Amino acid sequence: MSKSLISITDFSKDEMLHILDVAAYFEKNKMQSFLSGKVVASLFFEPSTRTRLSFETAANRLGAKVIGFADTRNTSITKGESLKDTIKMVSNYADLIIMRHPLEGSSRYASEISSLPVINAGDGANQHPTQTLLDMYTMRETQGTLENLCINMVGDLKYGRTVHSLIQAMYYFHPRFIFTSPNELTMPEQYKEFLRQHEIPFTETDSLVGHLNEADILYMTRVQQERFTDPMEYEKVKNVYRLDASMLRSVKSNMKILHPLPRVNEIAQDVDDTPYAYYFKQAENGMYVRMAIIAYLLGYK
Amino acid sequence: MENEKQLKVSAIKNGTVLDHIPSGQLFKVIDILHLSECNNQITIGFNLESKMYGRKGIIKIADRYFADEELNYIALVAPNATVNIIKDFEVVEKKKLSIPDTVVGTVKCGNPVCVTNHEPIKTIFKTVVKDGKVQLLCHYCEKTTDVNDLTIIRNSR
Ligand SMILES: [Zn+2]
Repeated sequence: MSKSLISITDFSKDEMLHILDVAAYFEKNKMQSFLSGKVVASLFFEPSTRTRLSFETAANRLGAKVIGFADTRNTSITKGESLKDTIKMVSNYADLIIMRHPLEGSSRYASEISSLPVINAGDGANQHPTQTLLDMYTMRETQGTLENLCINMVGDLKYGRTVHSLIQAMYYFHPRFIFTSPNELTMPEQYKEFLRQHEIPFTETDSLVGHLNEADILYMTRVQQERFTDPMEYEKVKNVYRLDASMLRSVKSNMKILHPLPRVNEIAQDVDDTPYAYYFKQAENGMYVRMAIIAYLLGYK
Repeated sequence: MENEKQLKVSAIKNGTVLDHIPSGQLFKVIDILHLSECNNQITIGFNLESKMYGRKGIIKIADRYFADEELNYIALVAPNATVNIIKDFEVVEKKKLSIPDTVVGTVKCGNPVCVTNHEPIKTIFKTVVKDGKVQLLCHYCEKTTDVNDLTIIRNSR
């Protein structure tokens, strides 16, 4: 079995830092050719244009050829082909598999039946580890370090998989967390327990403005309507958790705003022009980080 | 004399006796040991009175002994059950059950969108004991299933 990246916990602290270093190299050297002759399979059992383009551009910039599908229409999967058979077939053609699937645990399963490295590009609400690594890359790029950062996470902390993975990855670096969320969407107990065990301080609040000025990183997430049983409750929350430029007058000068994108209402357009907005660069960083992960898993960097 | 008559009905010469199973968990234990596929002579008692446990179940399987790993799965649904090994009508060994570290097959993942509930995959769990409560952490979807809500997969071997 090859080394795969399914959950963020599959990588050690050293491996994470190594990926960030290689990604920084690729940011300066965007076109590579050392994977020419390699084939990367990009299997999107569930459509996600943003993530797919980022991965496929990364593979192309390393010189690899990309095969695959963007959704399961017009594939034998709609004819009832099992996941196992699809993975077995693709394993005969390619050198590495990138996979997104709506079922949780599907990527772990694929990595066990394939002889190839598998990169999890999202398995339902479970894991999306390349997002975590690109978040870390962006934090280090903007702050010069990952150590001792104050990270304010805002929005859907209950279901947001990116915030959960980020906690699991950042605990190595002595962070302090502020969890800003409506009462319906607070951080699950298991992650708070994890932080208590590792003696990492955190504060919980439902006020967006209350702790803005303490943060080095403001990590905004989407509050999705489908999470609310009461539509009125969603309408209230939607407007309360909307960041605009006027709220940023006294924030720390080094503070940067991150968002896994796409945004809906959480960040007003006028924030884009402030020096704190960093979410578009964050999305670009995803490509360098994915280049680094592909190269690492294929044994090149 | 009355006592002896009772014994004739229920005693086994050689085999395994599982006692002190809470009645509500009896059928789960039967499924865990795959007894519906077993050809040995089996005596099952259901809703028997028990001073300690209210109503209990008891299972006597003639001429069959189980590996400890197999028996320990019973601890997930009936941690206080006792296992008596019978040889020539005598109890030659009493086994204590302990919660296994990993559970392979046997149990369904409680997460409806877990891949194991949609593809023919053998489930794998790590047991996590917290504050005296046992939970099963799924190797695939990374979600936990509470042992009180366990669904046993029949014919999983
Ligand atoms: Zn599962």
